[in-house]
Amino acid sequence: MKVERDQSRFRQIVRGKIRQNLRKYVTHGEMIGRQGGDLVSIPIPQLDVPHFRFGKNGSGGVGQGDGEVGTPVGTAPGEQGDGKGQAGSDPGAHMLEVDISLEELAQILGDELELPNIEPKGRSNITQEKTRYNSVRRLGPESLRHFKRTYIQALRRQVSSSTYDADQPRVVPIREDKRYRSWTTTPQPEASAVAIYMMDVSGSMTDEQKQIVRTEAFWIDTWLKSQYDGLETRYIIHDAAAKEVDEDTFYRTRESGGTRISSAYKVCADLIAREFAPADWNIYCFQFSDGDNWGEDNEASLRLLREHLLPAANLFCYGQVESPYGSGEYMRSLRIGLSDSNDKLVLSEIRDKEGIYDSIKAFLGKGK
Amino acid sequence: MAMHTDTTLPADLAELQVQIEEYARGHGLDFFPTIFELVDAEQLNAIAAYGGFPTRYPHWRFGMEYEQLSKGYNYGLQKIYELVINNDPCYAYLMKSNATTDQKLVMAHVYGHCDFFKNNAWFSCTDRKMMDHMANHGNRIRRYMDRFGVEDVEEFIDCCLSIEDLIDVHSPFIKRQELRPRFDIRSSSDDEDDSLRAGRFAAKGYMDRFINPPAALQAELTERRRQRVQDEHFPVEPMRDVMLFILEHAPLRSWQLDILSMLRDEAYYFAPQAQTKIMNEGWASYWHSTIMTRQGLSSADVIHYCDHHSGTMATSPGRLNPYKLGIELFRDIEDRWNRGRFGRDYEECDDLAAKRDWHRDTGLGREKIFEVRRIHNDLTFIDTFLTLDFCREHKLFSFGFNQEADYYEIESREFPKIKQRLLFGLTNRGQPLITVRDGNYKNRGELFLSHEFNGVDLQLGYARDTLQCLTRLWTRPVHIETCLEGVPTILSFDGTEYTQNQVTTAEAKASNV
Repeated sequence: MKVERDQSRFRQIVRGKIRQNLRKYVTHGEMIGRQGGDLVSIPIPQLDVPHFRFGKNGSGGVGQGDGEVGTPVGTAPGEQGDGKGQAGSDPGAHMLEVDISLEELAQILGDELELPNIEPKGRSNITQEKTRYNSVRRLGPESLRHFKRTYIQALRRQVSSSTYDADQPRVVPIREDKRYRSWTTTPQPEASAVAIYMMDVSGSMTDEQKQIVRTEAFWIDTWLKSQYDGLETRYIIHDAAAKEVDEDTFYRTRESGGTRISSAYKVCADLIAREFAPADWNIYCFQFSDGDNWGEDNEASLRLLREHLLPAANLFCYGQVESPYGSGEYMRSLRIGLSDSNDKLVLSEIRDKEGIYDSIKAFLGKGK
Repeated sequence: MAMHTDTTLPADLAELQVQIEEYARGHGLDFFPTIFELVDAEQLNAIAAYGGFPTRYPHWRFGMEYEQLSKGYNYGLQKIYELVINNDPCYAYLMKSNATTDQKLVMAHVYGHCDFFKNNAWFSCTDRKMMDHMANHGNRIRRYMDRFGVEDVEEFIDCCLSIEDLIDVHSPFIKRQELRPRFDIRSSSDDEDDSLRAGRFAAKGYMDRFINPPAALQAELTERRRQRVQDEHFPVEPMRDVMLFILEHAPLRSWQLDILSMLRDEAYYFAPQAQTKIMNEGWASYWHSTIMTRQGLSSADVIHYCDHHSGTMATSPGRLNPYKLGIELFRDIEDRWNRGRFGRDYEECDDLAAKRDWHRDTGLGREKIFEVRRIHNDLTFIDTFLTLDFCREHKLFSFGFNQEADYYEIESREFPKIKQRLLFGLTNRGQPLITVRDGNYKNRGELFLSHEFNGVDLQLGYARDTLQCLTRLWTRPVHIETCLEGVPTILSFDGTEYTQNQVTTAEAKASNV
């Protein structure tokens, strides 16, 4: 049907709009909180056809039901008397929310930043088990009870045992009637990848810096997920000492105290050694800091990088977020210390939100 | 393409149609021949996205609509049951996956709509061959797209659509003025004295008084001056049909004129549907419930029917359900006219008990509702028949926006306020009333519109974008006079920049010429 043509035209326009505003979307962290599953809702400016219409101020309508004067009836009631209901679109906001899959978003990001597709190293033999609910059994937990099957079974039993009374059609399942949904598992081969994020949470990293890290990590995740099924993510925070934490803690923790980057490298190296054998895993390390390391620690850090992390990782990215307190010293020592270094190391300075876009391009532009 | 001709109804549904149609006729409904198409959910969503016309012109907005409809359907949030097209013959669509009870109900409902289309006065000027003309529009626009590029044509359509509501819904019934020729900029460059000199005949001095009587000369001069003013400021009267004004006076290319005039025709075709939403749905609901409960239902249908019917009639606080309001008003009218609860005697009766028990076996109910469906639109329907008793019984209230709390809240349960709100929402289809005031504003060929302010501001963002679209059609700066936060203001767009100026009283007067 020709609606497909109009639909793809619409999608094309949406993609164009997203592309136009990509830098803005990338910069503002607003959509990160919006993800639900694989879809994100993106506010697109003015995709509807504009008309002269009334503003919210002084507008209103007539409704029906109980309630006193002053009872709220909602923030954006449907327009009454309007032939074409545009349910859910808030006229005041002048925005249209478009659902787009993360995969598509990643593709746009990739196109726009001219990111090359990643070539995973060594097609690994790792398999993962996938679960599918596709059968019915007589035993199982109540939460998986198959209501329809159970009911049919009970009805069948009553009819065959002549206890079914058509005038009083009461069907009561007994234990033997109960049926439960069940699953089978199938192994699935997978090229595995892990992204390890390290962040300096010492006092000099403020909320603003962390927001930048969070936004950048979201986009990096989005891109990597489009390249690998089932990307794993791990998080390490450090000040003078480091530990592995969950995602939430990663973004929320704020410590005071000094900074010893090597402690994070150590935890990272251990993690790799313990769980992610470099032969089987594509490993991506991202480190964010304001670059204010204890002077005497630099050497230890560089050694860990050179000897453990760089050989294991596909890519090691260091993003230096400018902060009012940091000296940015660490970046210099990386440049000097690893000037001979291989192309696995990427450095990027992120001055402010606007810098995120270019930083992502620097990190992921190598296609490793 | 010819979707509406190649599906035939399966035997059981065809039989059902004959049956329901007979019931409908039996009740006095009068309709065009009605053709039902059986389609699956995807097709139905697509047809609905095209406003009911499977053969419409291509445009991204239909794709957007389709995506929203099919998403809603797939998530189980919404389902279209019924879709009828005002055409002779009427086309209506049935969804394959619906149960037989639903199909019966939908058919009964559809005959209500078809009767309404055929007999309501507001539809009397609509194009009854719209199915063919839509297909024709589609072909023409596709051809323009091939020739001038999809994007250019689509962008132009976007501009046209942004003024599609700026038409004069009364104009099909009224001849307001002779159509004037396009404004010719050269005619006003003539020397003032020349063009304003009255036509004198040559005459000898002593005869001059008789051959060129001073009174006649004076009259002619006045007439010419008036004419002159008209030429400079047109239209003479404020004009509601902005689309027509653009069509007649904007410097557009011929394909653009063609598209604009097609879209204007479509706008006029759809306008009565927006004007009679409550009545039309109320009428169709009245008839499906009458036909189903008296004749259509078998005992197996009852539960399913009740479930569906009550779903359709459901109300929620922030939204007035046109189906519910419409059907209840028709029932109320029928009841009142059956019992003689109308007219002077009834209105002037002060005895509450007598009023409550008023019954004069007039039995005019059925006749009355048929009359109502013939002559009213939503606005006059509500104005004439919404009563205090009705408001109380159906717990109507008016709500308004509470700026401090940033939500809508119940504003009043007083009858006059409720009625006023309701009528406000229906006046001019709930849209701001915009007129063209001057096509040669400031003598610079700029377009000057005026919003007839009635207490509610325009939404500024939309207004600006609409001005931008208008500028692209008019190709010169466009202005609109309105009120923002109580201050008379002129919004302007000159092609690159917006400006917003408060109007001084002198200017306001000048623009009133």
